[in-house]
Amino acid sequence: MADPLKQFQIEPYVPILVGNADLSFTNSSLWMVVSAGAVYGLVMLGTRHHAMVPGRLQSVVELAYEFVADLVRENAGKEAMRYFPAVFTLFTFILMGNSLGVIPGIFTFTSHIIVTFTLAMGVFLGVTALGFWLHGWRFLSFFVPPGAPKLMIPVLVPIEILSYCFRPISLSIRLFVNMMAGHTMLKVFAGFIIALGIFGVAPLAVNVALTIFEIGVAFLQAYIFTVLTCIYLHDAIHMH
Amino acid sequence: MEIEAARMIGAGIATIALFGVGTGIGHIFSTLISTVGRNPSVQQRVFPYAIVGFALVEAVALYALLIAFLILFL
Repeated sequence: MADPLKQFQIEPYVPILVGNADLSFTNSSLWMVVSAGAVYGLVMLGTRHHAMVPGRLQSVVELAYEFVADLVRENAGKEAMRYFPAVFTLFTFILMGNSLGVIPGIFTFTSHIIVTFTLAMGVFLGVTALGFWLHGWRFLSFFVPPGAPKLMIPVLVPIEILSYCFRPISLSIRLFVNMMAGHTMLKVFAGFIIALGIFGVAPLAVNVALTIFEIGVAFLQAYIFTVLTCIYLHDAIHMH
Repeated sequence: MEIEAARMIGAGIATIALFGVGTGIGHIFSTLISTVGRNPSVQQRVFPYAIVGFALVEAVALYALLIAFLILFL
């Protein structure tokens, strides 16, 4: 049975070495470019004819826009609509990456912790910087929960800070582990299919069900990442 | 005890966390079902919260899986 973890191997397609740093164009980079290009192409092609009554492709783009816009407005408030382009980009990038990965043979770039950690750190640093930029040093009052008795504050504040700093870790690990575990399970069951011969129909049926589940998880994880980003934005803008 | 044996035992013990996860997911959907049962018109409004709750609890299950893998391979 082949190694189910071999699918996560990074293969450099165009080796680029800058001093000691390996900046090669890898399979991960390729699928990131494809994913971003696919989203860009979809949006550009969909909005080519600015029809009042949208055709099929324009409807898809409008649906996606409305979906993320409602998310931002409801979870982060109307003022957060200025950050809508960033949130929309994040959502569609992760969604396209996750969805492309379900297709056999295509590398899932969100199944690597470094990719999801970069995205989550980008969100965390951006939101924290926004909080300090909007409120100055008063942003630190966010770590004192409203209505807490004065004596409890020295106990509560370190816990609040710790739980705030845990956010990028949980955000990145959630996406990465969901993708990695799903794809590993798919490969493990796929290995059983050939090994069992005629009774391989059972793992095949399980694999079909798992693939459908993985498509659901791809969308769900992109949605969760975006919802949490909007909630953190709300925390930074409104501070409670 | 050899390190390999200890790793296997540790990874096995890490799966105890799934007990809480199963309870959590069951609780979320049990509440969803009884809420929709009492008031079917709110189904559209509470279903997104149920899905978000499910994904967050599932994330905890996957943290446990991650810890099991870390114990097993690192």
